[in-house]
Amino acid sequence: MTMLTIAAHDVELDDEGFFADPGQWAEEMVPELARREGIDPLTDGHWKVIRFMRAEYETKGSGPTVRVLGKASGVSVKELYQLFPKGPAKVAARIAGIPKPHGCI
Amino acid sequence: MTVRIVVLGGGTGGTLAANRLRRLSPAGEVEITVVDRDDRHVYQPGLLFVPFGLTHPEDIVRPRGRQLHRGIDYRPTAVDRVDIATGVVHLADGATLPYDVLVVATGAVLAPEETEGLTGPGWMERVFTFYTPEGAGALEAALATFDGGRVVVNVVDMPIKCPVAPLEFCFLADWYFTERGIRDRVEIAYATPLDGAFTKPVASRQLAGMLADKGIELITEFNTGEVDGAGGRLIAYDGREVAFDLAVVVPLHSGAPWVGRSEGLGDEVNFVPTDDRTLQAKAAPNIFVIGDAANVPASKAGSVTHFEGEVLVENVRRFLAGEPLAERFDGHANCFVETGFRKALLIDFNYDTEPLPGHFPGPLGLPLLKESRLNHLGKLMFGWFYWHSLLPGRDIPGIGAAMPTAGKRAVALDQPRSEQP
Repeated sequence: MTMLTIAAHDVELDDEGFFADPGQWAEEMVPELARREGIDPLTDGHWKVIRFMRAEYETKGSGPTVRVLGKASGVSVKELYQLFPKGPAKVAARIAGIPKPHGCI
Repeated sequence: MTVRIVVLGGGTGGTLAANRLRRLSPAGEVEITVVDRDDRHVYQPGLLFVPFGLTHPEDIVRPRGRQLHRGIDYRPTAVDRVDIATGVVHLADGATLPYDVLVVATGAVLAPEETEGLTGPGWMERVFTFYTPEGAGALEAALATFDGGRVVVNVVDMPIKCPVAPLEFCFLADWYFTERGIRDRVEIAYATPLDGAFTKPVASRQLAGMLADKGIELITEFNTGEVDGAGGRLIAYDGREVAFDLAVVVPLHSGAPWVGRSEGLGDEVNFVPTDDRTLQAKAAPNIFVIGDAANVPASKAGSVTHFEGEVLVENVRRFLAGEPLAERFDGHANCFVETGFRKALLIDFNYDTEPLPGHFPGPLGLPLLKESRLNHLGKLMFGWFYWHSLLPGRDIPGIGAAMPTAGKRAVALDQPRSEQP
């Protein structure tokens, strides 16, 4: 666990950099969280994916996999990797303040 | 009044659920109908052995209807869609089946066409899958004439049926080429989208160590975006490339297409959102889901389906009696992992407990997370159990739906692998 101050809020991250408590997240943290992931500048495309991830988590209780993102978010898998080269599902989940997507069992 | 139960799918889950329901219910009061698009019931754990000539496609396929108990109606036709609001199944042949309870057991289907190039040039020539009897048979012929080069085993994305099967394929390939005396001329690599050899930390470390010991390269976080069969390359979305002479690819999996045509039932990839403790579909109280068709966070594996059977049948009974459902399914999975050279290891886990070392089902049982000849015999014997005990819906003595904890040891991840007995 790591304690951090993001946009003047104290947040707790797990060992893999995901929010320990998604309730601690706020949209104003996104630019700083994105910079921590090496994403700068933050474009409308990034925002679209991050907001979609957050909404999916809030309605379904878990983040979508890359494949579901590609089918449902309106951004193709190829574009998703252009936006988040280190892995869209994981990186966007960290920025959206949601747990690690568990498509993988 | 007669209760109508319709079971869609006559594979592992549909067959064992129908047989258990039949035994439980008086014939005059409950009608049970099983629907499947074909009459070929494949013993899927056998597919792994086909490429290595250890079994043959015709030996692992039996008629579906014959696995069903007397008093179960079998309809060999595809499903067009289900109308949840009216409780009616529309069949591809135009007929309709109204139901009081619907059991969804249509499993997962392969979607190789969703990956760019996978079914293009080289498909079934140097790019194969062993997840179908046809693919496994074609791969057997290709391996028999393979006399050196680079074999890459690749999982495109999770979820897949039997997540340990691609690892088992790597281990068996190592054994197979050793037996043929050409192991020194063959490179074997395993490219996975996961960040390790397996999904669960303790088993992942154990299995990664075994890959290394056998000289099998492990390539992690490889998300296949394109297969270039002509050029012999797997290309990841992040631009990384893996070269191959022969590729063994586990394609993307989806739920059955009819799920997508049934409004409100499935998710984006046609799996059915299901309560992971009761196995009731989120879409309607009179729909229950068993096996690979469900989106529950458990392995898509026959053992999981078997353990689900007990809970599903109890909850169908409770639903019909107007009683509250049992929140009893714990995600229990139990898998023999074939490791080559007539050995196997056994893993046993559930939603909350990862595979741990020890013994199963109790202190005097089979060794867990450790290679042994006994586990290999267990894997071979399981084929008999499948047809004669699991499908008829019998319980295996001493092995219940709930995961046992006696005989297991907790492991600290910082403990070196070699110190695990």
